[in-house]
Amino acid sequence: MTDIATLERDVLAALDAAADEAAVEDLRIAALGKSGSISGLLKTLGAMTPDERKEKGPLINGLRDRVQGAIAARKEALGEAALEARLSSERVDISLPVQDGPESRGRIHPISQVIDEITAIFGDMGFAIAEGPDVETDDLNFTKLNFPVGHPAREMHDTFFFAPDDNGERKLLRTHTSPVQVRTMLAQEPPVRVICPGRTYRNDSDQTHTPMFHQVEGLVIDKGAHLGHLKWILEEFCKSFFEIDDVKMRFRPSFFPFTEPSMEVDIQCSRKGGEIRFGEGDDWLEILGCGMVHPNVLRNCGVDPEIYQGFAWGMGIDRIAMLKYGMPDLRPFFEADVRWLSHYGFRPLDLPTLTGGLST
Amino acid sequence: MKFTISWLKEHLDTDASVAEITDALTRVGLEVEAIEDRAAALSAFTIAYVIEAKQHPNADRLRVCTVDTGAGEPVQVVCGAPNARTGMKGVFSPPGSYIPGKKITLGKGVIRGIESNGMLVSEAELELSEDHDGIIELPADAPVGQPYATYAGLDDAVIEIAVTPNRADALGVAGIARDLAAAGLGKLKSAPIQPVPGRFPSPVKVTLDFVEEGRKLCPAFALRLVRGVKNGPSPDWLQARLRAVGLRPINALVDITNFMTLDRNRPLHVFDAAKVKGDLTVRRARAGETILALDGKTYTLTDEQVVISDAHNVESLAGIMGGEASGCDDNTTDVLIESALWDPLNIARTGRSLGINSDARYRFERGVDPEFTQAGLELATTLVLELCGGEASEIAFAGELPESPAAIDFPWSEVKRLTGLELPQPEMKLALTALGFHVSGTGERVKVAPPSWRGDVGGKADLVEEIVRIAGLDRVVSTPLPRIKDEVVKPVLTVLQKRTRIAKRTLAARGLVEAVTWSFISHDQAKLFGGGSPKLALANPIAADLSDMRPSLLPGLIRSAQMNADRGFPDVALFEVGQVFKSDEPEGQLIAATGLRRGTARLDGTGRHWDGGGKAVDVFDAKADALALLAGLGVPTGGLQISAGGPAWAHPGRSATLQFGPKGVIGAFGEVHPKILKALDVKGPLVAFEIHIDTLPLPKSKPTKVKPKLVLSDFQPLTRDFAFIVDKAVAAGDMAKTAQGADRALIANVGVFDLYEGAGVEAGKKSVALAVTLQPTEKTLTEAEIEAVGAKIVAEMGKRYGAALRG
Repeated sequence: MTDIATLERDVLAALDAAADEAAVEDLRIAALGKSGSISGLLKTLGAMTPDERKEKGPLINGLRDRVQGAIAARKEALGEAALEARLSSERVDISLPVQDGPESRGRIHPISQVIDEITAIFGDMGFAIAEGPDVETDDLNFTKLNFPVGHPAREMHDTFFFAPDDNGERKLLRTHTSPVQVRTMLAQEPPVRVICPGRTYRNDSDQTHTPMFHQVEGLVIDKGAHLGHLKWILEEFCKSFFEIDDVKMRFRPSFFPFTEPSMEVDIQCSRKGGEIRFGEGDDWLEILGCGMVHPNVLRNCGVDPEIYQGFAWGMGIDRIAMLKYGMPDLRPFFEADVRWLSHYGFRPLDLPTLTGGLST
Repeated sequence: MKFTISWLKEHLDTDASVAEITDALTRVGLEVEAIEDRAAALSAFTIAYVIEAKQHPNADRLRVCTVDTGAGEPVQVVCGAPNARTGMKGVFSPPGSYIPGKKITLGKGVIRGIESNGMLVSEAELELSEDHDGIIELPADAPVGQPYATYAGLDDAVIEIAVTPNRADALGVAGIARDLAAAGLGKLKSAPIQPVPGRFPSPVKVTLDFVEEGRKLCPAFALRLVRGVKNGPSPDWLQARLRAVGLRPINALVDITNFMTLDRNRPLHVFDAAKVKGDLTVRRARAGETILALDGKTYTLTDEQVVISDAHNVESLAGIMGGEASGCDDNTTDVLIESALWDPLNIARTGRSLGINSDARYRFERGVDPEFTQAGLELATTLVLELCGGEASEIAFAGELPESPAAIDFPWSEVKRLTGLELPQPEMKLALTALGFHVSGTGERVKVAPPSWRGDVGGKADLVEEIVRIAGLDRVVSTPLPRIKDEVVKPVLTVLQKRTRIAKRTLAARGLVEAVTWSFISHDQAKLFGGGSPKLALANPIAADLSDMRPSLLPGLIRSAQMNADRGFPDVALFEVGQVFKSDEPEGQLIAATGLRRGTARLDGTGRHWDGGGKAVDVFDAKADALALLAGLGVPTGGLQISAGGPAWAHPGRSATLQFGPKGVIGAFGEVHPKILKALDVKGPLVAFEIHIDTLPLPKSKPTKVKPKLVLSDFQPLTRDFAFIVDKAVAAGDMAKTAQGADRALIANVGVFDLYEGAGVEAGKKSVALAVTLQPTEKTLTEAEIEAVGAKIVAEMGKRYGAALRG
């Protein structure tokens, strides 16, 4: 009996001393392999008498089970230690910076963003987006819009002209997006609800004017569209666009050749520390011009002013962008300075929606 | 247009405050631009009496004054003015008041050991004049304790309003008063105008020398002589009025014309009769004729311009500015006063071409009241007689006054129709009448005759405007605009609009930054990029380098990239989606989506980086952008051809044209040509792409939104690699396409995974390694079947490209 106990003690001691999984495997083969020491003992069972087998069988089998268990336990412990050692050798400097991805570098220009915002608001009110050419005729930019002959806007110092053609007609760069309104009325039967965003041009350049700028105009032609509706649309637009709960607007009688009555609209604001806030304060800031479409314009566009009526308005996209987002100066809009664009621009997926909010 | 409150009150009987008046002005459309209220700035300064002034014990030049300010106990003030003395009246400034002339706020102080509780001020300290020799001295009857500004007549606010071009009538104080009276601010009280009987016939006659249509240049001309006048400085009230609105008083005769211009919107001209030879003729100038005008400048005229000449010379630029030669001065004894009507268009044109901005031009080009031509002359005569004495001739009159505009047929309901505002008829009628309109008839429709001074009113809508601006636009009630249909809104964007929006977001998501550059570029740049047609060149560009409509967005973007590099940002990726111009017709305007990358601004990162990076951009970055844009726009690229070689702006060996079929060019990409870099004075590396969004094939419209059925194979795909040796000129892309075509049913994809030239490969040849993915659909392929496909590919490659498998 002592030889079984001795064997067990020797094998377990050797296992404890095994340094790695290979040494354990060697011990396993030496004990439990084909010609292993314990396998040898197991083989002796066959030659024993039933009585002897009854006595020795459990002892030898017990020895085998205990040694097997000890080998498995030792293997797992050594595996754990080996993994631990590997992991600790695989450490990286996690502080190393990664590259900025394209989605964090790319930007949408504030003008595009604001046009998308305007589109979201007016789209919800059932307005389509009408566009037209930048190179326009004098007729569509001025004559059809009731600009009298000799109006200062028709002069070279206000408007960009091209050289006259063989008939003496000279095309021009549109000074407003109103010719798009004219094109719309000429092409479409009322009711009309469109907004006309786009580039416009005036021969003007100083701190607050650039020779190219962006405008959005709106036009509603219907049988009952009146000033009260215009007021509502503009109030709703301003609340929605500037993302404020309340807005106070002031309509002042004014004059434009293409509307009658004509108005300029101021919005109430406060100016604190160079920051303009709407819906508070007691300053007024002019933001747009509007009015009822002049009967002459309706007639010029094939619309009977005795049956149909409507209103139009126009405002500077760049200007309302500046008011909302606080750019102090207009000129950098067109200078493509990446510092400015990265700062004032919008992330690629900042999609303005009414449901999710125009700005994030 | 500037005026003072006291001037306004000559025409308007009102108790309204300055604030009420300015609010009302803006409300009726005469927008207040500035209110200069000197009284408010000087409100702290009051009239005081110097009870005693005695020598300062510690300073020779100072006096210690005991001052009665009218408010409680006398105060002690130390004063350094030489004229400070016992018994005088002056202007007291209490501690805490702001002294405008010194830009300080006064405090209590101790001067040389004596306490001083305020100050006696000079005119300079109040910024009333340059006079700082002594403190202000007031007459003995000046009321102690009263605000000095009120006493001195300085509490007369100066109002400046913006007058829209249609409201010529508001360019006179009387006209402004009329609007305010109509708006309920008071009662109109302009002094009635009495005709001045002529004592003798005018010795100077007038001829309007025009033929036919030229007559409209001067429809009417009235003239009279006043002899025996005594010219000189005008009286204080007149000088003060002119000064308050920024005019310099000259002499009584000239001041009267300026006063008439501002008071009644009736510009006049006065000639010194002694300097006028013979009769006056109003005519077109003769080309090359010159006049030395009252502004001291000599103008050379054309026959488009109208002048008044005497027997020898041009004496006046009609309706714009008089001539120096016949101007009135202190020696003038006989004066000719002219009151005429001029053609607004011609006045505007003449003023513009000569560069003269006079008060007369400003008014005549907007249109004065024709019926006030003679009345204005009578009023001016009255003033001349009053201020300068003399004796007036009869009026010499030539031409005729235009007919009054026709009455407008006006249904009162028009107001509600256009504004939604329902007003009682009497209120509407009162508004019109108060503005000088004549309403005749009763009931729902009336006839409304505009007054002679409202040449701008011609139709019903104009009358509606008059009524609502007087009623107040704030009474128009904000009313929700009903939807055209009660339903969820339908999409409104066109395909082009949607594609433009998506293009911007797609490119931004690739790390490009959106720029908005000028629509016009220099002529040279336009030519470099296929533009520069004379039809697209501006006749009056704002700058020489902004002269031609851009044929491409590239020049603007390339220059912008360089500008950023010059500022220290060499690695930029920019794009623009915007209009380019191929002709001056609407169809010639296209939308381009164009982007560029400079330096190391690649998709996966910019600049040097520990994990690689720092690699310069190359044509494949531009190619990837272009193809990503098409993918983002959902353009099916099955039929897209990428033909080597691009437009003139691109490096011929490192560029390609993108096209659907031989005529369907949609854009290009490439490295920017070194010649272009040189011409635009920029440095590379610079790669770019350009896609014309209008030219992209339209999506097919489908009856439903259902996507095609998804078919998945039950069998695993497998990949086989092939390396071929081919001539260097063979296009790997073509090889991949050919391989794909070898068995369309089985080959799902072919990739190029390695390129090699050099040792082991014959000179002039290259190794191209293809990874071919097979996707069985019906059964697992046997080795023999796989071999068969491979053999087919190898055979095709050999046939088409002389390619051999790499050994």
